[in-house]
Amino acid sequence: MIGGLFIYNHKGEVLISRVYRDDIGRNAVDAFRVNVIHARQQVRSPVTNIARTSFFHVKRSNIWLAAVTKQNVNAAMVFEFLYKMCDVMAAYFGKISEENIKNNFVLIYELLDEILDFGYPQNSETGALKTFITQQGIKSQHQTKEEQSQITSQVTGQIGWRREGIKYRRNELFLDVLESVNLLMSPQGQVLSAHVSGRVVMKSYLSGMPECKFGMNDKIVIEKQGKGTADETSKRRPSAPAHSGKQSIAIDDCTFHQCVRLSKFDSERSISFIPPDGEFELMRYRTTKDIILPFRVIPLVREVGRTKLEVKVVIKSNFKPSLLAQKIEVRIPTPLNTSGVQVICMKGKAKYKASENAIVWKIKRMAGMKESQISAEIELLPTNDKKKWARPPISMNFEVPFAPSGLKVRYLKVFEPKLNYSDHDVIKWVRYIGRSGIYETRC
Amino acid sequence: MTVGKDVSALFPDVVNCMQTDNLELKKLVYLYLMNYAKSQPDMAIMAVNTFVKDCEDPNPLIRALAVRTMGCIRVDKITEYLCEPLRKCLKDEDPYVRKTAAVCVAKLHDINAQLVEDQGFLDTLKDLISDSNPMVVANAVAALSEIAESHPSSNLLDLNPQSINKLLTALNECTEWGQIFILDCLANYTPKDDREAQSICERVTPRLSHANSAVVLSAVKVLMKFMEMLSKDLDYYGTLLKKLAPPLVTLLSAEPELQYVALRNINLIVQKRPEILKHEMKVFFVKYNDPIYVKLEKLDIMIRLASQANIAQVLAELKEYATEVDVDFVRKAVRAIGRCAIKVEQSAERCVSTLLDLIQTKVNYVVQEAIVVIKDIFRKYPNKYESVIATLCENLDSLDEPEARAAMIWIVGEYAERIDNADELLESFLEGFHDESTQVQLQLLTAIVKLFLKKPTETQELVQQVLSLATQDSDNPDLRDRGYIYWRLLSTDPVAAKEVVLAEKPLISEETDLIEPTLLDELICYIGTLASVYHKPPSAFVEGGRGVVHKSLPPRTASSESTESPETAPAGAPSGEQPDVIPTQGDLLGDLLNLDLGPPVSGPPLATTSVQMGAVDLLGGGLDSLMGDEPEGIGGPNFVAPPAAAVPANLGASMGSGLSDLFDLTSGVGTLSGSYVVPKAVWLPAMKAKGLEISGTFTRQVGSISMDLQLTNKALQVMTDFAIQFNRNSFGLAPAAPLQVHAPLSPNQTVEISLPLNTVGSVMKMEPLNNLQVAVKNNIDVFYFSTLYPLHILFVEDGKMDRQMFLATWKDIPNENEAQFQIRDCPLNAEAVSSRLQGSNIFTVAKRNVEAQDMLYQSLKLTNGIWVLAELRIQPGNPSFTLSLKCRAPEVSQHVYQAYETILKN
Repeated sequence: MIGGLFIYNHKGEVLISRVYRDDIGRNAVDAFRVNVIHARQQVRSPVTNIARTSFFHVKRSNIWLAAVTKQNVNAAMVFEFLYKMCDVMAAYFGKISEENIKNNFVLIYELLDEILDFGYPQNSETGALKTFITQQGIKSQHQTKEEQSQITSQVTGQIGWRREGIKYRRNELFLDVLESVNLLMSPQGQVLSAHVSGRVVMKSYLSGMPECKFGMNDKIVIEKQGKGTADETSKRRPSAPAHSGKQSIAIDDCTFHQCVRLSKFDSERSISFIPPDGEFELMRYRTTKDIILPFRVIPLVREVGRTKLEVKVVIKSNFKPSLLAQKIEVRIPTPLNTSGVQVICMKGKAKYKASENAIVWKIKRMAGMKESQISAEIELLPTNDKKKWARPPISMNFEVPFAPSGLKVRYLKVFEPKLNYSDHDVIKWVRYIGRSGIYETRC
Repeated sequence: MTVGKDVSALFPDVVNCMQTDNLELKKLVYLYLMNYAKSQPDMAIMAVNTFVKDCEDPNPLIRALAVRTMGCIRVDKITEYLCEPLRKCLKDEDPYVRKTAAVCVAKLHDINAQLVEDQGFLDTLKDLISDSNPMVVANAVAALSEIAESHPSSNLLDLNPQSINKLLTALNECTEWGQIFILDCLANYTPKDDREAQSICERVTPRLSHANSAVVLSAVKVLMKFMEMLSKDLDYYGTLLKKLAPPLVTLLSAEPELQYVALRNINLIVQKRPEILKHEMKVFFVKYNDPIYVKLEKLDIMIRLASQANIAQVLAELKEYATEVDVDFVRKAVRAIGRCAIKVEQSAERCVSTLLDLIQTKVNYVVQEAIVVIKDIFRKYPNKYESVIATLCENLDSLDEPEARAAMIWIVGEYAERIDNADELLESFLEGFHDESTQVQLQLLTAIVKLFLKKPTETQELVQQVLSLATQDSDNPDLRDRGYIYWRLLSTDPVAAKEVVLAEKPLISEETDLIEPTLLDELICYIGTLASVYHKPPSAFVEGGRGVVHKSLPPRTASSESTESPETAPAGAPSGEQPDVIPTQGDLLGDLLNLDLGPPVSGPPLATTSVQMGAVDLLGGGLDSLMGDEPEGIGGPNFVAPPAAAVPANLGASMGSGLSDLFDLTSGVGTLSGSYVVPKAVWLPAMKAKGLEISGTFTRQVGSISMDLQLTNKALQVMTDFAIQFNRNSFGLAPAAPLQVHAPLSPNQTVEISLPLNTVGSVMKMEPLNNLQVAVKNNIDVFYFSTLYPLHILFVEDGKMDRQMFLATWKDIPNENEAQFQIRDCPLNAEAVSSRLQGSNIFTVAKRNVEAQDMLYQSLKLTNGIWVLAELRIQPGNPSFTLSLKCRAPEVSQHVYQAYETILKN
C-alpha cells in the first residue's frame, strides 16, 4: 500500500511529507526530487522506480504530489487516490497552490490522517469529511453523543455521501449535460476518429433522503420499453415509439458516481440513486456513433518557394441556424522559423502569436449553417535545417448550447417517502453544453 | 512542517498537551508523537496512559484516533500496551472504531507478527469479514490480505463459497476504495468449477461501470482470471468478452497518468486475449497533445492490434507519427512500420514503400531506424524486396549508430552477389574496425566471410585481413572465437564452410517482443498493480518476502468435459498467427551456427586440439574445391552443417579432425557417453528365487535401450536354460533378443548380460506408469519380479523440438496439463544442468535470462512419440529449481520429474 505521500513546490522543496510505512525512509523525499523534479529530461513516465522504491506523481499547476511505496500496490488506485486528494483539497481551500498549501498545512495533515490509514485509502467524500474535519476546529465536548454517532455512521455507512436531516424550503435541482467533442480529421475531410465524452453534473438541493431516478434517451432502454409496452403507448400516444426510436442514442460505455446502484443498472439499466447534497458528477459516458460535429475545418496550406507559406482555412458551422456557438477559437500552427505573418479574416479577430507559434483566430459568436474564412501569408526565414516542419494539426475551441452526442434527459424523478413533498414540487432545471475537446484537423 | 528542524527536544512539553479537549490540537500532538516517538522511546511511554484513556473516550472519533495513532508508534514497549485497547476496539459498538482497529491489526503485525498471532487478533479479524458494516469488512479484507502476503503458506484468508458470498454482498455497498480491496482479494480466490466462476463474474461485471478506474481495473482482473475457467463454447463467455471492451476504452479518457496505467494493462490483455479489443484500433491513435509516455504505449498496442483489416489505417497513422518531434517516438513509429510488415504479410509491400519514403526525408535517425527494420523485413521475406538495396546503399555514410551499421553490413554481406561494389563497401567499414562496437565487428566479420564464399577470387585479401584483425588484434573473446571458427572452417573444408555460413536461415518470427506465456499469465493476475505497469513479476522490485508468491491463472476445470481435449481448447490466438517469443537479436549470432543453443560442455579443452592456429596458408587446396562445381568430389571428413537447430547425432564418426572437435563442444558430449545409468540394484533376491539373484539396471546408449542384468547363482546347483519374458507394460518395452546365457551358471558364479530391448511390445497402462513385470525362467523354476525403470531410458535422440514448434506446442497444451515440481539441493548452474540433461536426451531448446533467473526451455520425446515440454527455472545461488512440465499426457509428468531428479542429482 501507499508508504508515504509528499507534496513539493515547483523548486522541489517539500511542503508536506507524511510517511505511513516504516519501509519508506527520509531519503525517499530527496530521491524523488533529484531524479524526477530536477531531472533534465522531460518526464518519461508517471511511475518512477528508484532503488526499488516506486514513486507515483501527478502535477497540479506548480505543485507535485508524489505517493511512494515499496510494495506491489494497485497502481490505478494510487493515481485515483492522488486525484481524489486534489479534489478534497480543492473543496476545502480552492486552488492548489503553494500559498494555499502552506496556509492550510494543519488541515492537510488532518485530512491525510483521515483519508489514508496505514496507506489504505478510507472514505474520501468531501461531504462526509466536512462534517468532522473543519477549518474552525471542533471542540469535542460541544458535540452531543447523537451528533458524534451520526458522524461515524455517515463516514462508515452505506450512504457515506449524504447526511440525514437535510432541509430546504425550496426543493430544487439542476442538471448539466456537459459534453466534449473530440475529433481528428484528415486534411481531406475524412473523420479519423471522433468521440464524445460527456458528463452529467447534478446540483441538488433536496430535503431528506430522496430517491432519484434518472432517464435519458438511451437506445437500449428505449428499445426495451418499445417492445415491452408497445401496445400501451401506441394506444395513448401513437406517435411516441417512432419518435423516440429515432432520437435515441447508442452509449458505448458509461460510469457512475458511487451513489448509483450499479447492480440495478446492470440488470434493468435504470439509473437510481440517493444523491449527495450539492454538486456532484452523476455519470460519465462516451459515444462514438452519430455524433453531430458542430464545426468543419477545411485547411489549405501551400508552400510558395522556400520562404513563404500560404494558409487558407474555412470553418463551417453545422447545426440549427437558430442556435449560437460561442467562444470560437481556431489555432493555426506556424513553423518555428516564421518571420512575419499577414492575416485577413472575414469575421472575428486573428493574431499571430510568436510565442505560441500559431495564428489564433477568435470569433465571439457564430450561428448555425454559416461559413467563415481566414487567409494568411507566412514569411519564413531561410534555414538550412534539413528536418521538415512537422505540421501540427489545426485545433479548434468552441461552446455550443446542445449536446453533440444527441443525448436528451427524459426525466429525473424524485421520491421522498418520509417527507411530504412529491416529484411535482421539485423545481428542475436542465442545461446542455457542448464544448470542444481535442478537435483537430490535420493540414 | 518543522522546516526540517529537529524538534524532538520538545517532547515532554508536547506530551503534556495530549490531554486536551480540542480535537485538532490532539491530532497535532498525535502527529508529533508518530514522528518522534522512535527517537525518544523512553519518553514515549509517558503517552501510553493518555492513549489507553482515549481508547475509552465516549467520542468514537477520539477512540478511533487513539487506536490509529498507537499503531503508528513503532516502539516495542508501547506495542505491549496496545493489545488490550485494540482488543476492545475490534469489538467496539461503533463501526468507525472497528474499521480503524482492523487496519491497526495490520500495523501491529508489521511491528510484531508473533504478538498478533499469540493474542488471537487474526481470528477476531476474520470475524470482522462477517461484520454488518461494509467498510469494516473492506478494511478487514485489506488487513488480512496484507498479513497473508507475508505468510504465503498460511491459509489466513480462508476463502470459501460462503465467505465469497459475503464479500460480494459487501462489494455493492462499500466505498470505492473498499471495493478495490475486496476485488483484489477476490482475484486471489480459485473457484471450484466453472459454474462458480461464472456466478462470481456475473456479480462482478456491474463494477465495470464504476467511475473509479481502479475499481474497473480490479474488476477486469477478476474477470480475466476467472474467464480462464469458462468454456469458450459458453454463451456467457462471449458476452463477457463483449462487456470487457467498452470499459477498457473508457479508461483512455481518464487523466493521462491513469491512461498510462490502463495502457500498460491493456498491453497485457491484448496479448492474452486479442479478441477483446480487435475492433477498437482507432481509440489507440495517438493524439498530438498526449504526454510522451501515453504516446509510446499507444503505439505498442497499435502494433499488437494491427491486422489485415485495419492495416491501411494503421500505416497512414504511423507515417504521420514518423514526422513528429520527439525522437524516441519517431523511432518507435518507424520500427512499428517494420513490425507491421512482418506481422501482416499482405501489407509488407506498402510498408517497404513507406519506409523508402521515410528514408528519402534524410532525417538521420529516421534513416537509421528504417534500415534496421528493413533488415528484418529481408529476413522475413527473402528475395522479394532486394530492389531497395541500392537506395539503402546511398545512405551508408550517414549511419552512425551501431545497430544501423550492423544491419547495413548484414544486408551487404547477405546480398553480396547482387551488390557490385560489396567488397569496396565492406572494406570501407573495415578501416576503422577497432573503433566499431562489438555488434558491428561481429557482423562485419560474418559479412566478409559471406562475401568471400560468394566471390572467392577477388576478396581473398579482404578475408585474411578481417580474420587476422578479429583473431589477433582483438581482446573480445566472442569476436576471436568467431574468427577462429571461420578460419578453421575455411582452412579445413571450404565446402562445409559454405554450407554452414550460407545456410538457409529460418524465417524470423512475427512478433519479437511478446511477453513469454508463463510470465504473461502471472502478470494477468496482477492487473492494475505496479507489476502490470512494470511488466515484471513483483519479486523483481519488491524487497523481502512480501508479494513474492507466484500467482498463476486457474486451470480450466470442466464440468463440461468437451473443453478437456486439446483440440477444442486452443489457448489464445488461432494457430495461424501464433506469436513467437524468440528475440530477433539471435539472428545476428544465430545465422552462424545457433551457437547459443548448444551448452558449453567440459569437453576436450581447446588448446589440445590439433589446429594450426598460425596457418597463414589458410585456404590451401580448399580454394579449388570451393570453386569447383561438384562439392561431392572432395575428400576429408564429410561434415554435415547443422541446419538451424538440429544437432548432429553421429558426431562420433567425424572425430579426429580439429573441426569436429570444435563442433563437439557445442553439441555436447552426451551423445557419446549415453544416458545416465542408475547403479545396479537387486531386483530379485536369492531368497525368493531358489538361489538365483538378479540385479540390474537400464541403460540407453546411442539410441538403443538395454537391460543390464547380473545373474548370480547362490544355490548349490548349476543353473541352465535361462529365458526372460516381460508382461505388457505402459511403453511396450520388450526384449529384442532372447536372454543368452552361454554357459550353465555354476554355484557362486556371476554372469553379466546386456539384454537389448525394444519398444514394440504390446502396451498396457501400468500403475505406476513405469512398472515392469518380468518373468525369468531357468531349469529350476519360473520367477516373477517387478521393477521400476527410469523414464529417461525412453527419451529418444531426436527429442529436440524446433523453437517455433516448441512455442506453438506450449501454448496449445491446455494449462491444466501443466505440472510444477521443485528440484531441491542441486548445486549445478544452468550450463551444467543443460549439458547433463542433454546427455540423457533432454534438449535445451532455448535459454533466457529473466529477472536474474535462468529459464531453460527443454523438450524431450518418449519412444511412443509423446512430447514433453519443460521450463526449468534456475536462480543462481539457489539450489532449488522449479520445473514446469507440459505434456498432452499429464500422467507422465511425475516420472519425467523423477528422471530429472535422478539425472541432476547423480
